Amino acid sequence: MTNPLYQKHIVSITDLTREELELIVSTAQSLKTTPRPDLLQGKVVASCFFEASTRTRLSFETAVQRLGGTFIGFADGGNTSLAKKGETLADSVQVISSYTDALVMRHPQEGAARLASEFSTVPVINGGDGSNQHPTQTLLDLFSIYESQGTLDGLKVAFCGDLKYGRTVHSLAQALCRFGAEFTFLAPDELYMPDFMLDDFKETGITFKRACNFNEVAHDADIIYMTRVQKERFDETEYKHIASRYILTAEHLKEARPNMRILHPLPRVDEITIDVDHTPHAYYFQQAENGVYAREALLALVLNETI
Amino acid sequence: MVEKKKLQVEAINTGTVIDHIPAGQGVKILSQLQLLGSDLRITVGFNLPSQELGLKDIIKVENRLFNETEASELGLFAPQATINVIEDYTVRGKFKMSVPEKLEGIFECPNSNCVTHNEPVQSSFTLKERNSDIQMKCKYCEKSFSKDIVVGL
Repeated sequence: MTNPLYQKHIVSITDLTREELELIVSTAQSLKTTPRPDLLQGKVVASCFFEASTRTRLSFETAVQRLGGTFIGFADGGNTSLAKKGETLADSVQVISSYTDALVMRHPQEGAARLASEFSTVPVINGGDGSNQHPTQTLLDLFSIYESQGTLDGLKVAFCGDLKYGRTVHSLAQALCRFGAEFTFLAPDELYMPDFMLDDFKETGITFKRACNFNEVAHDADIIYMTRVQKERFDETEYKHIASRYILTAEHLKEARPNMRILHPLPRVDEITIDVDHTPHAYYFQQAENGVYAREALLALVLNETI
Repeated sequence: MVEKKKLQVEAINTGTVIDHIPAGQGVKILSQLQLLGSDLRITVGFNLPSQELGLKDIIKVENRLFNETEASELGLFAPQATINVIEDYTVRGKFKMSVPEKLEGIFECPNSNCVTHNEPVQSSFTLKERNSDIQMKCKYCEKSFSKDIVVGL
């Protein structure tokens, strides 16, 4: 039977059903234990990064190579016909897709991946479009949650830091809504979860609450999802005052459940202190590694009718 | 034939009458109508007495018969209004305005970093009534805006 993701564009996490998310997670798990260097043999994947990226680009390119495929592309849009000659993204995508079997793309403008999917003749995988979506980050987050908890259902997940602008937070929360999660939010007023997201949670019947500090969060969460409070959003004094309340230390974790794991999309600056790295709760580096397996799973499913 | 003496705004032979517009919304609809064509002959009545609404606005457009799609675009401004299509002084069609599910190519996305601003595609919004507002979500950048922000009111 053809897998439901075969030849499908992966633009937004909201396009994926619960079953499709579970399929990606289980495929990532199996590729992590049993490498399959045959799955992309003879396939060429375009890696078009119109905006700089470290983890996403390198893990996509690693994933292609580990599956036996090859990639072409660029790591910076500055030298492309778009930047140099004023070509539209629509035209660039039509040309690039005619060379390759799939197109992985990051672009600084929101909506770029959706637009690309309308002009491409091959599947488009969104590697981040401006502040909008970053579905493969969510897939690796889900895989890391599944790997560390043994399930995706009914988990207590705390989101901390910048919940307003953080696209990874929004996408992961949207995905977890399909698995009946319970949310706790810890964020300054200025960076609290936006109303349109809270309305979505209410409509889906998801319960959520707001916490004031890490002590309220740590003792009953299964997952703490940390993000960075960005300096540039505040003046310096205000930032120092606010940021200091959103720094997670090993001290906060004394009453944490044994199964609790801390995730972070990285890069971190100082919002998780180094002493947390040495606790059994730290999982962000395994999470980053899982980026390769989650992306392998996605590429394998999109480019193979059956696995 | 409709008796003219009963009407607060003169009857038209052929055209479209947008009635039961909540008072104050008529101006917004009018500005959208003018986008359809500057030569449209339009008669307006503002703050007319209405049994249902207390006060209402009414707009009559001569020699232009609106279809349901055009009506639904205007429905964004006054979902409660009714549209009467008139031919030979007689109502030939009557429909309620409603909030359309989707609007394409009419309004620009308010997000200045949305890809639609410099690519060869039409804007596209899905609409949803929420908390007594109409939310418009851009198909491309996936951002949701209050209707008033999108239509620039």
